[in-house]
Amino acid sequence: MIPELGHYALVLALFVALVQAGPPLVGAATRNSAWMNVAGPAAVAQMLLVLVAYGALTWAHVVSDFSVQNVVQNSHSLKPMLYKVSGVWGNHEGSMILWIVMLSVFGAAVAVFGRNLPPTLKARVLAVQGLIGIGFLLFILATSNPFIRVIPPPLDGNDLNPLLQDPGLAFHPPFLYAGYVGFSMAFSFAVAALIEGRVDPAWARWVRPWTLAAWSTLTMGIAMGSWWAYYELGWGGWWYWDPVENASFMPWLAGTALLHSAIVVEKRDALKSWTILLAIVTFSLSLMGTFLVRSGILTSVHAFAVDPARGVFILVLLAIATGGSLLLYSLRAPTLKAGGLFAPVSREGALVLNNLLLSTATATVFIGTLYPLFLDVLNLGKVSVGPPFFNATFLPVAIPMVATMVVGPFLSWKRADLGAALTRLWVAGIAVVVMVAVAAYLTAGGGPLLALVGIALGAWAFVGALVEFAERIRLFRIPVRDSWNRAVHLPRSAWGMTIAHACVGLAIFGMTGTSAWQTESISAMKPGDTARLAGYEFRFDSIGTVPGANYRADRAVFTVSRDGVPFATLTPERRSYPVTRMTTTESAIHTTVFSDLYVALGDPTQNGTAWIVRIYHHPLVPWIWIGGVGMMLGGFVSLTDRRFRIGAPERRRAAKPAVQPAE
Amino acid sequence: MRRLLYLLPFLLFIGVGVAFYLGFQRDPRDIPSALIDKPVPSFELPPLPGRPEGLSAERLKGDVTLVNVFASWCIPCKAEHPIITRLAREQGVTVRAINHKDKAEDALAWLARNGDPYASIGADLDGRVSIDWGVYGVPETFLVDRQGRIRFKHVGPLTPQVVDEQILPMVKHLRGQG
Repeated sequence: MIPELGHYALVLALFVALVQAGPPLVGAATRNSAWMNVAGPAAVAQMLLVLVAYGALTWAHVVSDFSVQNVVQNSHSLKPMLYKVSGVWGNHEGSMILWIVMLSVFGAAVAVFGRNLPPTLKARVLAVQGLIGIGFLLFILATSNPFIRVIPPPLDGNDLNPLLQDPGLAFHPPFLYAGYVGFSMAFSFAVAALIEGRVDPAWARWVRPWTLAAWSTLTMGIAMGSWWAYYELGWGGWWYWDPVENASFMPWLAGTALLHSAIVVEKRDALKSWTILLAIVTFSLSLMGTFLVRSGILTSVHAFAVDPARGVFILVLLAIATGGSLLLYSLRAPTLKAGGLFAPVSREGALVLNNLLLSTATATVFIGTLYPLFLDVLNLGKVSVGPPFFNATFLPVAIPMVATMVVGPFLSWKRADLGAALTRLWVAGIAVVVMVAVAAYLTAGGGPLLALVGIALGAWAFVGALVEFAERIRLFRIPVRDSWNRAVHLPRSAWGMTIAHACVGLAIFGMTGTSAWQTESISAMKPGDTARLAGYEFRFDSIGTVPGANYRADRAVFTVSRDGVPFATLTPERRSYPVTRMTTTESAIHTTVFSDLYVALGDPTQNGTAWIVRIYHHPLVPWIWIGGVGMMLGGFVSLTDRRFRIGAPERRRAAKPAVQPAE
Repeated sequence: MRRLLYLLPFLLFIGVGVAFYLGFQRDPRDIPSALIDKPVPSFELPPLPGRPEGLSAERLKGDVTLVNVFASWCIPCKAEHPIITRLAREQGVTVRAINHKDKAEDALAWLARNGDPYASIGADLDGRVSIDWGVYGVPETFLVDRQGRIRFKHVGPLTPQVVDEQILPMVKHLRGQG
């Protein structure tokens, strides 16, 4: 009964979405406010209906209702409750429902919080959201219905892929989707603005918080996915340039560009048509991310089950959404009025450079990811594009990006003095020299030269962001108490920018440290054996079998000591799941903040007395995720900025002091 | 001219969309071998120590033969081993093997433990011959016809489905060709 209710709610949601899309569009064109006002209540109704459907599916999973096919295929009565709940979105159908939940929640948020929006803009934004909703609801109902029953119901389910039964991955999709779908807001605003034929700073002020929220959650989603790959796959890598990872990275890069170009629209009324294009491209890349994972068009370890019917359906959706909006763009964008002028060396100029570099980076990843597909389609042979390509093409773009990121906030709007900005960064310059010297000393000059470039960039980004903040509060120039007062009263967006930019520096330290100075030891070890790595001794004490809820684990105990003094016990596991007949590695990690000691238990050797043990020393690796979480926090801090809360779109003249938040 | 610039994103997207559409008709996992329908590369591999016969290109002529590339350190090889054993013992298919980048004693111990369905094994300790065969990971399995030409290649462990739907019909067909 409850699954049927869910199904019914989903069908109703489709019809409500039709109402949300149709009348408001007509109403906005004919200035009929009654028709326009339909959009708000429809958006809220759609959210409630989709939530009912989502709740029904969750209920089926939680009570293990094996008459529902989706539950049979992805759950098991013995599965822990956390994974029964997260298993709802751990499969194709359920994840699509989660997608649409996010979409309708964002839509309802505009309906509820968008009171100050111009009525036609609001109606059109909600209508575009409704159109996206129609597409995805049709897709779910036609090709991916999670409420299909099985008769007769089996006694138990097939269990969820054990690799996905992990706390890190359980919450990875909701963040990722909140990010993907969050960009739909920027998209809807962009399309609505194209229909209106008007883009002004008020528009940008509306788009910015949605983009910021989407970007922050996407950052978190990507960081969680990478953290999961790091400890669950057992190889200690944190980024593989896999098509699915790239699929989430492209909208992130484009979204970062959008975040910054929208600042220029908001503050200076320039770059309008470019910002619109970025909004369309960012959401299209999110759609493509959803599409690539499900179409089977590229090979990936993370891909969902392949179904050509679904692939074609999503492709049609993509064609309508992206093709339609780009066509609209080509017709309407040339009519947008150009805004404020600026000199090449200025805050605007720096943000344009940032956008150019980020777009180039996006294009690089795009080409690398889809190159195998293009070659194959043109019958030019099968290739795979791996990390060497991305390292060779992405880094040359990323390095100047980070280098200039630090300077941008020091430049004033319209026209700036580059020399003066660089002079004010002398502290960061010293920090770079010191850090590089320390790194070279600690590693005794080992490792590639690029590693020192990485350390230099990390120090530059981190200290540069702090110097900018110190300048803003006039630290050491006025009494500390006054500086403190200034800091407290600084706009939250300024805080957010400092946090996010500084955390980029932290993440770079992590990426550099582990890429350049990682050491590993792979050997067959028996209980009693000791391995040495990076000055630590790892003693294999014992191994035993431990039962789990729906698996059995071989758990090894390692004592780690330094100079003969034991300081940590690590218990890596190999779990075998009888239902899916899969084994997973649960690596054990001891982190000292400055490095990770990582032990993964492999297969037993042939005679069964020894085990393949992989031990890694990853210098600085935790900072990748500290940086990632920090960037997300920066985004959220910026989101609490007063001008977003009071929201009233007012036109502020550009006659402001040079220090302005660039978040 | 300026209008055209604004149309550019749309045109680029059309190109990508067409590529996606065409991409559906292909399976990226389907990796063709450049050696299909070509004679096996000329090679001569010694036997594992203590065994009478190795493997050579000459030896693959005259009978339809399945050539399995395996190693004792390869877990999927162990997974597919019962399937290969069944092919050899129950279906009467001649199976020969290339032992890829292995240590002789490890390979012998592995065969002693898991059973030896192979008519003969060539020891490719440094993996040179495997390169000529275009092997890039173990296990891989080739089907060679009576004239010594490679007719089929499977990458990764054999599954009952691959055996029933592809290998056995092909073996029957090739045997029928005389």
